[in-house]
Amino acid sequence: MAIDYIFPDYEVIRNKDRCISCRVCERQCSNGVHTFLEKENKMVSDDTKCVNCHRCVCLCPTHALKIVKSDNTFKENGNWKNSTIKEIYRQAGTGGVLLSSMGNPKDYPVYFDRILLNASQVTNPSIDPLREPMETRSYLGARPKTIQRDEKGRLINNLPPHLELSMPIMFSAMSYGSLSYNAHEALARAAEALGICYNTGEGGLHEDFYKYGKNTIVQVASGRFGVHKDYLNSGCAVEIKIGQGAKPGIGGHLPGAKILGDVSRTRMIPEGSDAVSPAPHHDIYSIEDLRQLVYSIKEATNYTKPVIVKIAAVHNVSAIASGIARSGADIIAIDGFRGGTGAAPTRIRDNVGIPIELALASVDKRLRDEGIRDNVSLVVGGSIRSSADLFKAICLGADACYIGTAALLAMGCHLCRTCMTGKCNWGIATQNPELVKRLNPNISYERLVNMLVAWNHEVEEMMGGMGINSIEALKGNRLMLRGVGLNEKELEILGIKHAGE
Amino acid sequence: MRIDAKELDFRQLGDELRKVSGGEVTIDNCLGQRFIASGMENLLLTINGVPGNALGSYLNGTKIFVNGNAQDATGDTMNDGEIIIDGSVGDALGYAMRGGRIFVRGNSGYRTGIHMKQYKEKIPVIVVGGSAGSFLGEYMAGGIIVVLGLNGGDLVGNYTGTGMHGGKIFLREKNAPQNLPSQVAVTKADESDMQEISSIISEYAKAFDLNEVEILDSTFWVLRPNTKNPYKRLYTQN
Repeated sequence: MAIDYIFPDYEVIRNKDRCISCRVCERQCSNGVHTFLEKENKMVSDDTKCVNCHRCVCLCPTHALKIVKSDNTFKENGNWKNSTIKEIYRQAGTGGVLLSSMGNPKDYPVYFDRILLNASQVTNPSIDPLREPMETRSYLGARPKTIQRDEKGRLINNLPPHLELSMPIMFSAMSYGSLSYNAHEALARAAEALGICYNTGEGGLHEDFYKYGKNTIVQVASGRFGVHKDYLNSGCAVEIKIGQGAKPGIGGHLPGAKILGDVSRTRMIPEGSDAVSPAPHHDIYSIEDLRQLVYSIKEATNYTKPVIVKIAAVHNVSAIASGIARSGADIIAIDGFRGGTGAAPTRIRDNVGIPIELALASVDKRLRDEGIRDNVSLVVGGSIRSSADLFKAICLGADACYIGTAALLAMGCHLCRTCMTGKCNWGIATQNPELVKRLNPNISYERLVNMLVAWNHEVEEMMGGMGINSIEALKGNRLMLRGVGLNEKELEILGIKHAGE
Repeated sequence: MRIDAKELDFRQLGDELRKVSGGEVTIDNCLGQRFIASGMENLLLTINGVPGNALGSYLNGTKIFVNGNAQDATGDTMNDGEIIIDGSVGDALGYAMRGGRIFVRGNSGYRTGIHMKQYKEKIPVIVVGGSAGSFLGEYMAGGIIVVLGLNGGDLVGNYTGTGMHGGKIFLREKNAPQNLPSQVAVTKADESDMQEISSIISEYAKAFDLNEVEILDSTFWVLRPNTKNPYKRLYTQN
């Protein structure tokens, strides 16, 4: 008979000379890794329960703990990796679909890391952002096609509704329910302080957060959780979620166990009831149908809010984006295959979709070729890890970027990828009140602000180095990019030259 | 107040309606204008003609009476109010509806009441006088759907209640409905079930001047979900 013992991937190493048995690790671990043995007066740990979130490592007052990768291994095999073998054991034991959290961790090429930026030398002097004004303010929305004047020759304001951002960054959609109340509060306050936006995700908007409305994008997904007239009108834009990079073609599903108290109230569904958001919107089977949802939202908000349509980056993304640009949507958000998630089937997350760099370059080109680029702004997400990724995305044609994982990291996430358990020791992806209060929104919001102020300054430095003083002059400026180690097809799709050319 | 919808496009008609803060409004010569009364509150709206898709989407308290048929996505994500259609209606009626009532005298198309939910005092209701198309109450999470079959023919199409995890569907027919998906349990409506819909039926009968006693003088079947957590056992943590 097969035995389903799966050797843990990581081991908890306790330095016995340093450990003072203060039991902090025991109290801090929601997974129950650490136990104190009264009789022997010592701490022990159960590696099988450890998710490698580093909570105990960070809080141990004597730094007695570390987590190391186990050297226990199956017979080495280039084809059958340890993780592949363990996944089979898990499925054989349970019959379940493998479920993972956060973005695709597999070793696919990261095109951002194969793209290099330009800078000025001698001619076209660079600009010092510390003494020259630099503009990173960004406006998202459709651009008017014509200049209209009244009979006296005065300009008629025919500008469609826009989002104004102090820098081309927004926090991507992460629902209240998947994230804790404190995490949402930190995101909302940081968005307000920075003059950017955060996004409710598809879990509705908590009543306490309506006051951050002018920095809030409210999302509408197939399940319509918490969607009502006041919700639509409370934010600065409405996002229709069609797809998500981590699970294109797959819907959302918050298990009933997490639908408690405020989460139930915000989603407007009873406690304990599953929140099922299937992938297809069953009222959208075509671009014409999408147009109908876009306009029903515009009618309900009296044409005062830009409407965003968010899709996952899939093979024919440019044709789909071309359709969306004709649907009346003001902004298209595209989420690459590395985008994060609270929970997604492993096989989908790791195998479906395409890299955001290629999707973005191809969509931007397609919309320009068809003369409809000004119908919409483009926002991309799906692993924007730094200001450099952001900068390169803008040169490839993005008007702004969504960041999710980076924002969670700033709040203290250690990327242990077990959000789906609801036992997040850092108080981010949990609804357990004891764990939620570990995340101090005052500190977390400051850390988010710190990170993005730094990113913005880095963007200004990079722009300055190129002799560019406005983010508008950077958009779609592919001459500022060069590829390294990319083949001709990749360069062609990215629309950039190879380094040295 | 009366609005002649002739040669108005949907946005012009919407602008006219948005000027009205409340009270009675009649739209004449309605011919397929979409999104009528989207998100509106406090109106008493009569529509003469055929409103287009997404009539009363996000409706938040308005009462709409349609003298004619309505089209697709009527009452999409409706939160409160009433839509009474003295005719038949297209697909996706009451999509993700959370509150209020929709009464249809004739038939409804595919995907009636899908994603319908309920929350606390908000229990949405759809009553279809004739028959409903396939996928009735798909992903239903709450609320009440009643299909009366007053015009004969098949009462419902295929796949009724697929993925249902809340709410109740009442079907008025002699024999127990067949070929239901595994998520759905069917029982004959007992007294307490009937009590739940008696006032609804009575108002429905009043709305269309029908005989309440005749409607109630039949067997009703109740469809309920087997579980409110249909996907609990599907996953293994990796």
